[in-house]
Amino acid sequence: MSQKKEAWGSRLGVIMAVAGSAVGLGNFLRFPGLAAQYGGGAFMLAYAISFLIIGLPIGWAEWAMGRYAGQLGYNSAPGAFAAIMRNRWAKFIGIIGVIVPVVIYLYYVIIESWCIGYAVNFWSGNLHLKDATETVGYFAKFTGATGDAAAMSFSGDVALPWLLGVFVFNFYLIYRGLSGGIEKMCKIGMPLLIVLALLLLGRVLTLGAPDASRPHDNVVNGLGYLWNPTKVQVVKAQPGPDDKPREVVGAAAIESAKSEVAASGGTLVLREVGVFEQLANPSLWLAAAGQIFFSLSVGFGVIIVYASYMKKNDDVVLSGLTASSANEFCEVALGGLITVPAAVAFLGVAGVAGQAGVGLGFKILPLVFSKMPAGAFFGGAFFFMLFLAAVTSSISMLQPGIAFVEEALNVGRRASVTILGLLTTFGTGFVLYFTGDLKALDTLDFWVGTFLIFVLATIQIIVFGWKWGIDKGFAELHQGAAIRVPWIFRPIIKWICPAFLLFIFAMWLLKEIFGFDLATGAAGPVSYYVTDLFGDKASKAAQLSVALVMAIFVFFGLMTGRSQAYARAEKGLPKHD
Amino acid sequence: MTSAGLLVMLLSVGTVVILFSWCIWKVLTTPQETEKIHGTEFETPDIESDK
Repeated sequence: MSQKKEAWGSRLGVIMAVAGSAVGLGNFLRFPGLAAQYGGGAFMLAYAISFLIIGLPIGWAEWAMGRYAGQLGYNSAPGAFAAIMRNRWAKFIGIIGVIVPVVIYLYYVIIESWCIGYAVNFWSGNLHLKDATETVGYFAKFTGATGDAAAMSFSGDVALPWLLGVFVFNFYLIYRGLSGGIEKMCKIGMPLLIVLALLLLGRVLTLGAPDASRPHDNVVNGLGYLWNPTKVQVVKAQPGPDDKPREVVGAAAIESAKSEVAASGGTLVLREVGVFEQLANPSLWLAAAGQIFFSLSVGFGVIIVYASYMKKNDDVVLSGLTASSANEFCEVALGGLITVPAAVAFLGVAGVAGQAGVGLGFKILPLVFSKMPAGAFFGGAFFFMLFLAAVTSSISMLQPGIAFVEEALNVGRRASVTILGLLTTFGTGFVLYFTGDLKALDTLDFWVGTFLIFVLATIQIIVFGWKWGIDKGFAELHQGAAIRVPWIFRPIIKWICPAFLLFIFAMWLLKEIFGFDLATGAAGPVSYYVTDLFGDKASKAAQLSVALVMAIFVFFGLMTGRSQAYARAEKGLPKHD
Repeated sequence: MTSAGLLVMLLSVGTVVILFSWCIWKVLTTPQETEKIHGTEFETPDIESDK
């Protein structure tokens, strides 16, 4: 009996480890903000479609291509691309699969350090925030957003000491392995994360209306703000360029808004925005697709590397589905129900509107916890939960770089970790130095964490569906699988996914780079991500950030070009005879 | 919260709970499956290379 129990515990542990690796900051910070910003019902529809035609297919393609390359002895993205595409340029395209996780790690580990710093400061009673000004000020001081080098001091209320601890912790785990320590971290961390999330969820859902003088600000309206498919907005009859709609949620608030509109003498109007009108906005699709990429880690170059270590008869189909479903569970059922309803209950819809991602998590929620009974405990629990989610992701981001250096230079793991450790120490130090307006972090997140992910994901699905071919790809996928991928995914992978990706990529370029308003079609100013790099408004930090990425690209390119292993891979030969 | 909002929430949350639960059930009830599934967390074999 006890042996049976132990076996079930061990098997559940495996699932927890898979789930733990899939969960990250995007689940609890990024998703709730986007869902609220774009309107729950419409956003969820676009999100579900993106999950089915982008997330699952590209994830499965990465798993299958990675395992195939691993059978030939290649464990890095350049090796996998060269072995599959078999031409001399493929290995250089594969470098994107190394650049993305390595560069994202440079700033992800900094956000990770904010999480543990906030958690400890909450638990130790050092965080007492009275209003939004104090919360924003604390965030600016902690992160160093007030100016370059502002976070470079040893104090508990700035990021540097926490970053050092987190950085050493990550490399200690990845360097030593700790006899299963990485897996143990996920097996212990994931159940703890779920328990903390459920505890927070229970607390949030029982908040009611914390301030009796403002009954509209309650949890039910918070849930409504997040999930209602139709948005009700108060807008100016003749809006100026800076006038934004004000959303109202809840029957009483809508009645109150109607009275306000009636008394305005025609300067204000009440407007209902339905699901189909919201779905006609390409920005919503871009946001939903981007969230799927970020959250499921597809197009990151991480899955392809871990899959390469799997055995020929390991199950890539159920591995991919289990990891994705665990991620969706944490994102939709936990992340989607905690953050925004709590913020609306304490600060109202107006206090939350326009805040997404990092802003919602670090500028709004600390104030919410400060106002909540036992807020120090729950605030600490929330940020510790974020830290757990982040650490399991950041560890996995290092392996693609380690595997690449091992393969390209034909060195052992210790040498590889040392080289990558030096590179990431310099890179993270760079991001930590240029903290003014968080410019370096923001620039890297845009050009690598968004742009290059789109590029890599698109290349991967085209290689799988067209270069490899659907029949060969599905045969590889089904090797050792307990379930079969439904036939509908054949046309999805071959046609729909690449077409959808190319379409949203074009839309994304038009909107984010060239400044077109996709809702109205009007030309606007070019994105500041571009003007930061060229012209009178150029930012030194942004220019150096892009130069850093290009320097890493050149460095990796030289290593790739001289590699004996990749020369064999592009001929279709195994790494070793 | 409108009834349509409640429906969207229940559908979204219900779907992901059912999907994750089904995956757990499938993994636990398929023989040797726990030895065949992996995430991006396991100790890679190259750790042994320097030991």
